[in-house]
Amino acid sequence: MSLRLQARRLACERDDRWLFRDLDLEIQAGEILRVEGPNGSGKTTLLKILSGQLADYQGELFWDGAPLRQVRRDFLANLLYLGHAPGVKAALTPLENLAWYQALAGTVGNEDDRLEALAAVGLAGYEDVPAAQLSAGQQRRVALARLELTPRPLWVLDEPFTAIDREGVAALEDRLEAHTRRGGSVLVTTHHALRPSANLRRLCLGEGGDGVTR
Amino acid sequence: MWAFIHKLGSPKWFYAISERLMPWFWVAAVALILIGGVWGLAFAPADYQQGNSFRIIYVHVPAAFLAQSIFVAMAAAGFVFMVWKIKLADMAAAVMAPLGAGMTFVALFSGAVWGVPTWGTWWQWDARLTSMLILFFLYVGVIALRGAFASRDSASRAASVLAMVGVINIPIIKYSVEWWYTLHQPATFSVTSRPAMPMEMWLPLLLMVLGFYSFFIAVTLMRTRSEILRRESSKRWVRELVGEGP
Amino acid sequence: MPRVGEPEGGVMVAIRATLRRDLVLLLRRRSEVLNPLVFFALVITLFPIGISPDPELLATIAPGLLWVAALLAALLSLDGLFRGDYEDGSLEQLLLSPQPLPALAMAKVAVHWLLTGLPLALMAPVLGIMLALPAGSYLVLALSLALGSASLSLIGAIGAALTVGLSRGGVLLSLLVLPLYIPVLIFGAGAVQAAILGAGVSAHLAILGALLAVAMIFAPWAIAASLRISING
Repeated sequence: MSLRLQARRLACERDDRWLFRDLDLEIQAGEILRVEGPNGSGKTTLLKILSGQLADYQGELFWDGAPLRQVRRDFLANLLYLGHAPGVKAALTPLENLAWYQALAGTVGNEDDRLEALAAVGLAGYEDVPAAQLSAGQQRRVALARLELTPRPLWVLDEPFTAIDREGVAALEDRLEAHTRRGGSVLVTTHHALRPSANLRRLCLGEGGDGVTR
Repeated sequence: MWAFIHKLGSPKWFYAISERLMPWFWVAAVALILIGGVWGLAFAPADYQQGNSFRIIYVHVPAAFLAQSIFVAMAAAGFVFMVWKIKLADMAAAVMAPLGAGMTFVALFSGAVWGVPTWGTWWQWDARLTSMLILFFLYVGVIALRGAFASRDSASRAASVLAMVGVINIPIIKYSVEWWYTLHQPATFSVTSRPAMPMEMWLPLLLMVLGFYSFFIAVTLMRTRSEILRRESSKRWVRELVGEGP
Repeated sequence: MPRVGEPEGGVMVAIRATLRRDLVLLLRRRSEVLNPLVFFALVITLFPIGISPDPELLATIAPGLLWVAALLAALLSLDGLFRGDYEDGSLEQLLLSPQPLPALAMAKVAVHWLLTGLPLALMAPVLGIMLALPAGSYLVLALSLALGSASLSLIGAIGAALTVGLSRGGVLLSLLVLPLYIPVLIFGAGAVQAAILGAGVSAHLAILGALLAVAMIFAPWAIAASLRISING
């Protein structure tokens, strides 16, 4: 059984307030875990902890059975995180943006793949336009093109549907499901209602929820 | 060994043990400063060159010593906090910063007062005073950085990093300023770096230095205790201590 | 889905791409490169106006003036070193790269030096002429600034990384960084002064080199740690 990311007795205290306590969760291959909760319930914080950005937590994280702190580089090589901000440089073109992200992953990559990835998110024809001239939704799509371009098993997506139009939302949902069918796993927060599916699980944070996995 | 360190790092345990230790440091501080002060100010012989004005050394030198030591202690506490995540170390570092800045100010002020009879001016770009001034700015930087963050945890980490960077720089700054000073003012004599100081002069100085250190430890213990109460106010043992129900 | 191993030689690929990206970014917004240079020239113009146009007087204070003005100009551009990346989210991604963060941060600092410190060093001799800097010290001025500004970029980057998450970080940044700049200033200006007096300058330059070596050992780790703190908010 290929168990991927596991959290045991996770707790996070921010300035004398517990965002969550005693949180146990597991994300296995082929699963989508949707984190739900009202604003300020710690969704983003939880995603940052689970993507290894925040060290300020109690409890333990395991990546493939090994403590995350020990296998951090291996974990990061398998992770794709998209945060609130799309991480797209306004002065660079979508192609240049993607080239840098590929290089950060450690590969030079090639132009054809990047063009293909941009076409797949509906940005064909915008490859060489500075990102500053793109709309917010289009900039978000540049970031989403990384899902196509860099094969990573674990996706951690913080509000990926923000600023995306209806067709884009449907395409992204398809992409998430295709990813799980290939054996990838997705951890996502969104206010958008995802299509019900067998491999979708939900985690409620905040009042009333208190870290119950359903 | 590890268990001991973590026990030492537990605020509750520290609160109990510091309550017993603190009076001793207060007694030592008051006694040493009184004896050293009276001896130094009233009984030690006057300096053959500077007369009685040299007696400000009994404030200036201990304050300058302490100012530098506190920075090192603060950086060490920051290191402990960063490496072992012991929150108590950060509480200590947080209370040390204003104390160190205060000591640096005392050293600067007493140096300026001393400058009047010695150099005939309130300020001279003397190597020691210049280093002290830079140290003061370093303290101000650490305090300002700690105050600038909204999240306390980030503030603690940032202040720790800056204190560690500062402590690597302090010797470099000190030596480069000394070098700069000898280059520009080779003729002026330095007030404190003369070797042969008679026993009757430096013994009270030693007492004063020890007294200042005891004072620093006592104040740090005291203020760390109140910092513990402030930061751990939601913990049960604190609420029981201050008489609220659990 | 198969697990991804780390590609061979990924660090160099990432460093090279980061160098190129930052160079392209700065060259597309040329004003950010030019502003420190114009500031440098302006500050140097203020001194003769504020003090005296007397060439002899200016010559005696020129080494210090040039160094202080260059140092402030370099400081001016520091705030932007990580801020743009912080605001658009690419800093987050930089931190999540499987490559070692200190190495990537060094690439960014190298670009900062290349487009701030180095141009300031090359420009300084021209301003030296305007301050009647004695002949024979021009090369040393440029050399000491080129060498010293690399340390300034490294030390300054620590401050920039510590304050990048703060909305009003600019003034705080100067407060944190300027005291740490003093040794570099002492030996940098000292080198120019020694050259004017005809004394040997190799000792000064060697010390500047040593300071740079120390900064290169410690700064990358401090910058990386500071960035991780700042991203936490």
